[in-house]
Amino acid sequence: MGSQQADVGLKKTMYEEMVLIRKFEEKLIELSQQKGKLVGMQILANGQEAVAVGIVKALQPDDVIVSNHRSHGHLLAKGADPKYLMAEIMGKATGVNKGKSGTLHMAVPEVNALMTTTIVGGGPPLAVGAGFAQQYRGTSNITVVFFGDGAAAEGSVHEAMNLAALWKLPIVFVCENNCWAGAQSLSEHSCLRDIAQRAVGYGMPGESVDGNDVEKIYALAKKMVLRCRNGKGPGMIEAKTYRMRGHGEHDHQHYVDKKELEEWSRLCPVKRLSESMLADGLVTEAQLQTIDRQIDAKVDEAVGFATESSYPLPEEALQDVWVEE
Amino acid sequence: MAVLSFGQALKDALDVAMSKDDGVFIAGEGVGVSIHYNPNLPTHGLLEKYGPKRVKDTPVSEAAIAGLAVGASALGLRPVVEIMFFPFITLATDMLVNHAAKLRYLSGGKSSFPLTVRIKAGVNFAAGCQHSHNLEAWLAHSPGLKVVFPSTPADAKGLLLSATFDPNPVIVIEEMLLYWMKGEVPDGDYRIPIGEARIVIPGNDCTVVSYGGSVYTALEAAKALLDEGISAEVIDLRSLVPLDKVCLLDSVRRTGRLVVLHDAAKFGGFGAEISAIVAEEAFDALKAPIKRVAARDIPVPVSPPQEMFNKPSSEMVIAAVRSTVGKR
Ligand SMILES: Cc1ncc(C[n+]2csc(CCOP(=O)(O)OP(=O)(O)O)c2C)c(N)n1
Ligand SMILES: [Mg+2]
Repeated sequence: MGSQQADVGLKKTMYEEMVLIRKFEEKLIELSQQKGKLVGMQILANGQEAVAVGIVKALQPDDVIVSNHRSHGHLLAKGADPKYLMAEIMGKATGVNKGKSGTLHMAVPEVNALMTTTIVGGGPPLAVGAGFAQQYRGTSNITVVFFGDGAAAEGSVHEAMNLAALWKLPIVFVCENNCWAGAQSLSEHSCLRDIAQRAVGYGMPGESVDGNDVEKIYALAKKMVLRCRNGKGPGMIEAKTYRMRGHGEHDHQHYVDKKELEEWSRLCPVKRLSESMLADGLVTEAQLQTIDRQIDAKVDEAVGFATESSYPLPEEALQDVWVEE
Repeated sequence: MAVLSFGQALKDALDVAMSKDDGVFIAGEGVGVSIHYNPNLPTHGLLEKYGPKRVKDTPVSEAAIAGLAVGASALGLRPVVEIMFFPFITLATDMLVNHAAKLRYLSGGKSSFPLTVRIKAGVNFAAGCQHSHNLEAWLAHSPGLKVVFPSTPADAKGLLLSATFDPNPVIVIEEMLLYWMKGEVPDGDYRIPIGEARIVIPGNDCTVVSYGGSVYTALEAAKALLDEGISAEVIDLRSLVPLDKVCLLDSVRRTGRLVVLHDAAKFGGFGAEISAIVAEEAFDALKAPIKRVAARDIPVPVSPPQEMFNKPSSEMVIAAVRSTVGKR
């Protein structure tokens, strides 16, 4: 590890956040097997926790993130309260979006996760607008947009990256290459093995990184974010990772090679961080267990809160379409 | 005749079309290998049968999928492409609305575009407004596109086959929640002419017009109304463009009353067109004001009680019919 090595406190925080995402979603897996608990399909970032945490850790609270259908990790990393996310996923009135969104498009303006879209490829053009506003107002804030390897095939992503580069907008385009777009593997939807290569075509820097290594992601994110903040324009990060669950919990991955899943499970980002911290003597097993128990309690609290919350009233569906003056 | 699910009937249509004409190919996101492995899905098993030359899994690229259909049809192929969920049609609309619908006209009638776009539609499947948004009125508002919206397995097959072999661009809207519903389906190359409505149950007191999944809401209402002595005639339009005005106007002339029902939002919905046509052309036959029953003018919410609240119910249809016949 080089000079960009994250300090001990930072590593522990990153570990805690990754464990929170992991356990939050493991709870969703459990609840999705109980009828009527959750609303809709659950698209999980299991195995991709390092991307959300490594990138967001390089941001300031005022920086904006734009997320997609696989948002739980991004939002939790940005500081969203798991209670209100859980309530939203259950369609409850106390949910972060009052039950209007459900799991798929939760926006958390309180933590500058302003726009989340489940329209694949919808995020990058939104980021152009956010980055433009930041530049226009002369702030030093930046925007990060998360999108998938599959989304990279949408025309909207191409338009957004070209325009962002042209206007030197403060945007970091984060492509989470998890090897799958639905049931299509990367080689079935793109000729590129490194999606970061595309950056060249837009005139912005682009780099690929091990998406299951939170420290490497953090280091690269810091570099790209700094560049952006200094007015040098957008950059692209491709985080190479793997989608460990199906596309939704109803997807049993009949098209996935089980050996490949097994290989990637050995690269589990949470395990890698904990093992490296143990090996470096930064934490003890006992300390890790304490963290795990604290996170369990936090997740249980979220489930309790959400379960006890009531559904919104039917007529409240009519609210929130318009700004009422 | 075989008993097939709605989804199997659609697959049967694709199968018949592909075996009959080697210019027919299908393309879309997951039409070959899908995250779902289910024989009730319309493209299930076709990759295995026809191979990757004719069953094309595409990247997530709706504009290119629609463009593929337009361009390939210009050169004489018969593409049948799929849009995964209705709201994603917005990404394909440039190719459909500005190109598929207009290029023949612009060529002075020299070119033609025999393409089919299958759209999977569904309100109330707990996915929210970016997955549930019935936009049939948008498409119907684009001269040059035919639009069909079947409600039964037999109609699904018959209309998809007609669409595939129609020389014009046809949009086939499939109500996903019906994929599992079974019905008798004629064998072989069974076609239903595009532009013919169907009287599902005849009646004398009020015409209830709908299409797609909402036909079942109308039928439920009609059944309940019969118990109170009101006889509703339920019409399933099947095709929105071209529209079977004859069937519609003839029915309203007989009943003197009209209730229009759809699962899409009310304002600017297709029901407005139906109502306007009847008001323009059969005003003299109307004994009561026309009623529209539709979803609220809001994006489709996700929370279960709100999702239910948004979708037009048979109770709403019953109330509308009662009011037209002067009963409370
Ligand atoms: C415009 C649009 N087309 C299709 C879909 C359906 N869909 C949802 S996620 C997905 C795959 C996206 O793959 P990728 O961008 O790699 O993201 P991942 O799911 O792997 O995180 C598809 C096709 C959609 N939501 N929006
Ligand atoms: Mg992916």
